[in-house]
Amino acid sequence: MTNEITKKIGSIKFSCVSPDEIRKMSKIEIITADTYDDEGYPISRGLMDPHMGVIEPGLRCKTCGCKVDECPGHFGHIELAMPVIHVGFIKDIKMMLESTCSSCGRLMLSADQVKVRRESMEKMEELGGGTIDLKNFSKETAKDASKGVECPYCGAKQVKIKLDKPTTFRLDNGDKTVNKAAAGVNKGSASSKLTPKEVRERLEKISDEDLRTLGMDPETCRPEWMVLTALAVPPVTVRPSITLDSGDRSEDDLTHKLVDVLRINQRLGENRDAGAPQLIVEDLWELLQYHVTTYFDNQTSGIPPARHRSGRPLKTLAQRLKGKEGRFRSNLSGKRVNFSARTVISPDPLLSINDVGVPIFAARELTVPLHVNANNIEDVRKIVRRGPMADKLTFPYRPGANYVIRADGRRIRVTERNAFEVAENIDIDYVVERQLMEGDVVLFNRQPSLHRMSMMAHRIKIMEGKTFRFNLCDCPPYNADFDGDEMNLHVLQSDEARAEARILMQVQENILSPRYGGPIIGAIHDHITGAYYLTHGDTHFDRFQTANILFKLPVRTAEQRENAIPDDKQHCYKADSRDWAIDMPEPSGKDDKGEPYWTGKQLFSIILPEDFNATFKANICHNCRDGCLKENCKYDAYVKIRNGNLECGTIDVRGIGNSKGKILDRIARDYGASRAAKFINQVTRLVLGALMNHGFSTGIGDEDIPEEAANQIATYSQECIDKVARNVESYRDGTLEAMPGRSLRETLEVNVMGILGEARDHAGEIAEKHLGMENPAVIMAKAGARGSMLNLSQMAGCVGQQAVRGERLSRGYHGRTLPHFERDDLGAYARGFCSNSYKSGLSPTEFFFHAMGGREGLVDTAVRTSRSGYMQRRLVSALEDLKLTADGTVRNTVGTVIQFKYGEDGIDPSRTVGGKAIDIDDLFYEVLPEDEAEKLIHPEVKDRGDDYGTREKDEMEYIDEDGDGEGEEDGGDDYGDDGGE
Amino acid sequence: MKIILDIASRVRRVYKDEEYLEYIEKRGKDFVKTAHRMYVSHMMDQNESAGVMAAHSLGEPGTQMNMRTFHYAGVANVNVTQGLPRLIEIVDARRIPATPSMVIPLVNEIDGGPVDEGVARHIASEIEITTLLDVAEIQTDVTSMELIIVPDARKISEKGITSEDIKERLNKIKAVRGNVEIDPVKKINIIARADEPSFKKLQLMYDTVKGTKIKGIDGITRAVLSKKNDGGWSIITEGSNLKEVLKVRGVDSEHVMTNSILEVADVLGIEAARNALIREAEGTLGEAGLNVDIRHIMLVADLMTNDGYVKAIGRHGISGKKSSVLARAAFEITAAHLLHAAMVGEVDHLEGVTENIIVGQPVTLGTGAVNLEYKPKKRRTEEAE
Repeated sequence: MTNEITKKIGSIKFSCVSPDEIRKMSKIEIITADTYDDEGYPISRGLMDPHMGVIEPGLRCKTCGCKVDECPGHFGHIELAMPVIHVGFIKDIKMMLESTCSSCGRLMLSADQVKVRRESMEKMEELGGGTIDLKNFSKETAKDASKGVECPYCGAKQVKIKLDKPTTFRLDNGDKTVNKAAAGVNKGSASSKLTPKEVRERLEKISDEDLRTLGMDPETCRPEWMVLTALAVPPVTVRPSITLDSGDRSEDDLTHKLVDVLRINQRLGENRDAGAPQLIVEDLWELLQYHVTTYFDNQTSGIPPARHRSGRPLKTLAQRLKGKEGRFRSNLSGKRVNFSARTVISPDPLLSINDVGVPIFAARELTVPLHVNANNIEDVRKIVRRGPMADKLTFPYRPGANYVIRADGRRIRVTERNAFEVAENIDIDYVVERQLMEGDVVLFNRQPSLHRMSMMAHRIKIMEGKTFRFNLCDCPPYNADFDGDEMNLHVLQSDEARAEARILMQVQENILSPRYGGPIIGAIHDHITGAYYLTHGDTHFDRFQTANILFKLPVRTAEQRENAIPDDKQHCYKADSRDWAIDMPEPSGKDDKGEPYWTGKQLFSIILPEDFNATFKANICHNCRDGCLKENCKYDAYVKIRNGNLECGTIDVRGIGNSKGKILDRIARDYGASRAAKFINQVTRLVLGALMNHGFSTGIGDEDIPEEAANQIATYSQECIDKVARNVESYRDGTLEAMPGRSLRETLEVNVMGILGEARDHAGEIAEKHLGMENPAVIMAKAGARGSMLNLSQMAGCVGQQAVRGERLSRGYHGRTLPHFERDDLGAYARGFCSNSYKSGLSPTEFFFHAMGGREGLVDTAVRTSRSGYMQRRLVSALEDLKLTADGTVRNTVGTVIQFKYGEDGIDPSRTVGGKAIDIDDLFYEVLPEDEAEKLIHPEVKDRGDDYGTREKDEMEYIDEDGDGEGEEDGGDDYGDDGGE
Repeated sequence: MKIILDIASRVRRVYKDEEYLEYIEKRGKDFVKTAHRMYVSHMMDQNESAGVMAAHSLGEPGTQMNMRTFHYAGVANVNVTQGLPRLIEIVDARRIPATPSMVIPLVNEIDGGPVDEGVARHIASEIEITTLLDVAEIQTDVTSMELIIVPDARKISEKGITSEDIKERLNKIKAVRGNVEIDPVKKINIIARADEPSFKKLQLMYDTVKGTKIKGIDGITRAVLSKKNDGGWSIITEGSNLKEVLKVRGVDSEHVMTNSILEVADVLGIEAARNALIREAEGTLGEAGLNVDIRHIMLVADLMTNDGYVKAIGRHGISGKKSSVLARAAFEITAAHLLHAAMVGEVDHLEGVTENIIVGQPVTLGTGAVNLEYKPKKRRTEEAE
């Protein structure tokens, strides 16, 4: 390994380049507007002169003698026949012209004023005022100075300066007398135009001291440099020409622009030297100004953009930097990488949440560098000897090597042919790029990367097929589904990176979301249905079923794989069952026939930590009005776990679901990340086993309701429609009483919306009554797996009122929504009420209205993504520099304190218990013996923190109430600075 | 400290009086010790990029929020911007929100008497702006060149104003000053004469008079009564004018809320504005059913109010004021920043995140914030870092 010291860039200073410097760094002066001659060779002293670097392979740079890729390119320059103003500085030039005397060039402020200004500037700098503050301050200085009509030093009268178009200065001849007085400055010409030459002369007169007062640094930028006399020509490498298939050359936009500049420059020079009429020279001068202006910025307002032959505006210097596709955002803030892969994703419930399945094809392509040392040299040779094995895409998989990098930095491609030879030549300090193998740490990412869980570290598992695979529980953090989503994978290349990724970024470390103090990874969809079937009620499994469910359980985690005894160091491991075997538990009883059985609750308890305790209400809880029956709940919704034993209750989304799962939350917090990962792995397998044992399906038949129920719904909605009609009638004849603060029409709309909303709800209730808990669709909704009762009631009962912008539909034809209705019909059907259910089928008008409502939703999503994307970009840009420092304050990188204590209590949101610094129940359990703790715990109280949606509202009320002492245990943010002393 | 109170209140639920004291004696120390240990273990790690975490936590739920601008806030029937547009509005620190609104709780007692619905209604009418056209009809009499203002008897009594009041008000208006009097025949009507016989003048008079504020507070276009949880009354308004509302008698001025954050900053100061930001942002997210830890919102609010005035998140606010040229250029208006930097000879010390990414160095957050310092022994003053 080379012992080079890595250098660090300490700071970057920006400055303007003086004309002298331009000439000095220029390797060649460009005088010809042409690029290539007929043979295709660059013309000497033309824009493609090889002195400025080469872009064609084989050629050598005439300045440094290097080939393509070695030569960074060198600047050239153009001597401008007449000076030209730099557009970018136009405002600053104006400011300086205005604030300084036209004859003596001094800043038109009295010595005292200058002193005061300078002092406050120094103070600002001392106090850490940013450049922007200084900029605004000097702007003010200039403004004050430009107010003077007369120079306080030489007494010369000042003429107002006007900025015309983008780049022309004019003396304001509003006042004739003033103009005459200034005639001396203006060289007696009648024209009031201030030529760049004159501007330059005036700027030259400004003293360095005055410039400092104006906030400029004369060392880095003299104002006269802003009027160009020499134009730097960027190296050829910056503006390479492209050779098309047809053999034609296509020049870069910058080259095109430079050609224009050169051409006009040449003509201007010739005309000037030949003594052409003033008018022609001036015209050409202006044209040159135009070309130079557009060369810098082709979107300057006030002038037409320079166009390509095809009519496309040219992309000149400013355009190269600007915007999303510009250099800054596209190439500097975001960079392209090697060692990455992208493909379609698909699910695999048998993988651990920390794993990612990588197809062999990708694994052969991606590599990890192995540094050869005395200890591993033989192993490495073995790998290299295998060669790239590019076409060996079946199991058993063994990693080969793609490249070998010699100690001197030379890269050798390993091929089938040279593999043995290369392997023998390997020595210490070589680097071998080894193909992926099981257990390698990679980063896995799905766009849009909205939060840090969008990119997590996974362990590799080599698999067949062509897709990346991962556990379904990892979907929520990535917001992924499998309808064709693709994801990216990045292979880490250094040991530091791997260590960091494993400790900070691995999936299991991200189970708890920093957004709210709860798990973001957890059981979803079928897992929850499965858990319901496993644990709900008194489920019995016979020996066969139990074994069938349990044998799926053992999951080898990445660590176990790593610690397992390697069979052959390179690819597979001997199965070591001791780590992960699970014994069949004692049966919990015998049935009538004397056969042993196991209960679902018992099976679930197997995967719980042995000392785990929890009490909470499941999602299926009915919120009984007349008090909770607790253990005797007839819906089996009261979950009680003691010593890792599920005593009663059903496990559903509240137990193991993502973001809501209580058990998951507690395990992740109290038992650590790897235990939580193990739990999730086992839950997915156990629960899917149970689901597979039971079988699960849903279909259109699940929304069947008996005929009488359908009739009931029909009658009720008809009643409501009649009620609406009566309301409309009373609105028409003026008997409708307006609600306070509302117009009559608004009142009607509110009433109608209320009635029709009730119609849908009632239909839903009726439907719900007839769809029992044995209905798969209902189970999914109630257990929280997928869908809601509203979805179901729309399918089985009544779709309900369609709305656009929160109102009934009203637009379309004059006075009506569709020609099917009479004008000004305000009835239910005419304004988008759908009394049918999805199952019974919508009528044509209903269908149309439904589409109208649906369209709004689509538009909404489209608008929302862009708006929220921009908001997030702004937020990140504003907050990215903040960090928690060693003294507990939050500061930005400059050192300004933003918060003296992070979040007023210094607590990490991802370690909170639903936002609270400490969970009091946990505290009681920890300090007291169990029976005593139990007395102090109030599950009812605790439930307040359960549902994240409603909790917010509760807390809002809490703030309104002006927090007092008795307020249970919420308001965790109040625990404050000295919370634990 | 609050946690100790909480523990105490929990314990008190079960144990009474002496038993309680005894219990505290026995367990108190353990409680506090354990609580402290738990607290410390929940603290955030050093060098954690708290800012990015907050930005993600606020930005990510943004994608899940709805765009529907209007939402009917309860029974009050006042339109309030909700969802993503509101959140954007908050971080933008707009001077005037799209739908300014206030919640004005009333005191329960005033001058010894209880505040019942009648009194509340009266206070509401003091607050809600009433224009002439709201309470009266204006007729133009072309023959005698005068405006006849016919107040609606029911409406003016509802608002608690008299014709005399209207006259007074109108007499302060430039266009009709001195020419307004009460109709001698029909006592309720008011007549405004044009001082010169010109239709143009009459029309002008009509136009100025019809929008005249008779009563109420500028900017508050509607005031709706609503019942508080404790049985008292509160007023919900459309439009906001905190400064004036606070002066109104009967208003529980300590609990008046407005959703116009800059107004809070102007009237009550920067700390109040910070709290208003937190409250508004949390309320908006909560309304959408999204759960975001309050600490994230606090950080954003603290950053926005750090300088003593409310700064927006974006080009004109925080991002535009960054100390680094490269960071500013990378955000927006690239060329201008670079040119200015060149002019004043700015130096970028590469302290922030964006700058370091641009030059390809590790950023100064998280694990990148840790430096190894090595000072070689006995070598002259060489810089070693």
